[in-house]
Amino acid sequence: MNIHDKYKPLTFWEKLYLPAIISGLWLTSMHFFRNLTLHILRALRLRKTADGAVTIQYPEFLRPLFPRLRTMHRLTKRDDGTPRCVACMMCETVCPAKCIYIIADEKLENPEIEKMPESFDIDLGLCIFCGYCVEACPVDAIRMDTGILEISNLTRKGMVLDMETMLNLEPMQDRYVKYTKEGEIVSQEYLKQDLSK
Amino acid sequence: MVEGIGIVLLKLAFVLLFVLNFGGLLTWVERKQSALMQDRIGANRASIFGIRLIGLFHTIADAVKMFTKESFRPVAAEKFLFTIGPGISVFFALVGFAVIPFGDVLIIGGKEINLQLAPLNIGVLYLFAVAGMAVYGVVLGAWASKNNFALLGGLRASAQMISYEVALGVTIIGSLMIYQTVELQEIVRWQGGTLWGWLPKWGVLMQPVGFILFLTVGIAQSKRVPFDAPEGESEIIGYFLEYSGMGFGMYMLTDFVETVMISAITVTLFLGGWQVPYLMADGFHFPWGATWQLENWAVALLQVGSFTLKVMFFLWLQMTIRWTLPRFRYDQIMRLGWKYILPISLVNILITGLIITLLK
Repeated sequence: MNIHDKYKPLTFWEKLYLPAIISGLWLTSMHFFRNLTLHILRALRLRKTADGAVTIQYPEFLRPLFPRLRTMHRLTKRDDGTPRCVACMMCETVCPAKCIYIIADEKLENPEIEKMPESFDIDLGLCIFCGYCVEACPVDAIRMDTGILEISNLTRKGMVLDMETMLNLEPMQDRYVKYTKEGEIVSQEYLKQDLSK
Repeated sequence: MVEGIGIVLLKLAFVLLFVLNFGGLLTWVERKQSALMQDRIGANRASIFGIRLIGLFHTIADAVKMFTKESFRPVAAEKFLFTIGPGISVFFALVGFAVIPFGDVLIIGGKEINLQLAPLNIGVLYLFAVAGMAVYGVVLGAWASKNNFALLGGLRASAQMISYEVALGVTIIGSLMIYQTVELQEIVRWQGGTLWGWLPKWGVLMQPVGFILFLTVGIAQSKRVPFDAPEGESEIIGYFLEYSGMGFGMYMLTDFVETVMISAITVTLFLGGWQVPYLMADGFHFPWGATWQLENWAVALLQVGSFTLKVMFFLWLQMTIRWTLPRFRYDQIMRLGWKYILPISLVNILITGLIITLLK
């Protein structure tokens, strides 16, 4: 609609209101009857494909996550299983929510790596999931690709992720959706499942 | 004597069950119908032993929640009025049903039972008196809360309801001129006739303009969208701001009961009430000459069923309107009421009078 059309005086037909109201009622009641028919057909097991609703019944069915979605953090490991993090404090410095707490330690057994974290805590109660820590990391030690969205706890302390937990987290699982190496979604089986149960 | 009281009590039980069940079910209808209209599924999580029954238990869950919730009263509130406010509101919404006929006469054991709770000869006037009192519950509740926002909501409510009260009376005068009576049972009986031998003489055909105006004013009286400026829960704060628990529940129930009420009055005045087309007291008399004899109980059953179906249709229509139209602004409500509906209904009375005089 042209912006100037908004301020045109209403025509007589528009001023009557009733034609516009009836066309609106027609639209909504057509949706109503179409969806009602589809729901009834589904309940009678006569039709299984078309849905009367676009709703995804969340706890039972999960919707696909975009591969680049920022979810709960994890720390990557070297081949020998030690954390990749070199405790450079870049993420802690860049964090706008100031939710990363790193205590650095010397790594004596490997002279090529000067530092490693003694502890690496992220307070998810403060985190705003901006992903700056991932961007800032020079050694690709922190990632936000676990696909874990349901983050909740009964205490504030429980919201703090420690290094041990984060090291053991895996990248996004099949539980949500499968991806190719290029990041394309392969499986959507759950979308074809019967939603009416 | 005892028999008469028993019959009245039975009719009372029937009417109350009818109204309250419809009122309660409307919370479910509102959720599910809006969901269907918006391509959603709607509330379906409340369950008893894993049985969900397409969300019907949410009605019960609501009731349990309302009853067990703390009924908070602000310190400054007027204790007595604050407590009885919701009660007044519900009371006047419910007593209107006393004069609504839901069937013709039912004959049991040679005794004629008029299927109407109170056969008042001033039926329509009683209805409007009761509808006019409904605003008291709202205003008293709002004022007694001692909350300025609630008071403003109450002011909006009283302004709207009193403006539309005038229009409500004027819109149906055209119909009453045709019916020549204000007793609702008589009005329904009048609509049992036919035009030119085949068209049912329902009020909607005799008074199409009056019907549309009355429905509009009726929806405005029930304070629901698009005329919910008194409530405007999410934006402008309504008159029941300080109510919680069952106090709020009763105000909400009032809205739903009034929805049923408006449907019932519209059906009675304009859609032939309990009339089934071509159904006389002794069975069907079709315009092409065929007849189908029916027992008295079957006729009564058909009539009550017809009334219920018509009411259900209007409930559906009101819900559809409620979920289609956006809210009118306050000045738009006033303009619609005073500058459009009132003059149009006055012209309607004039034209109806002219036609009646010319046809004599």
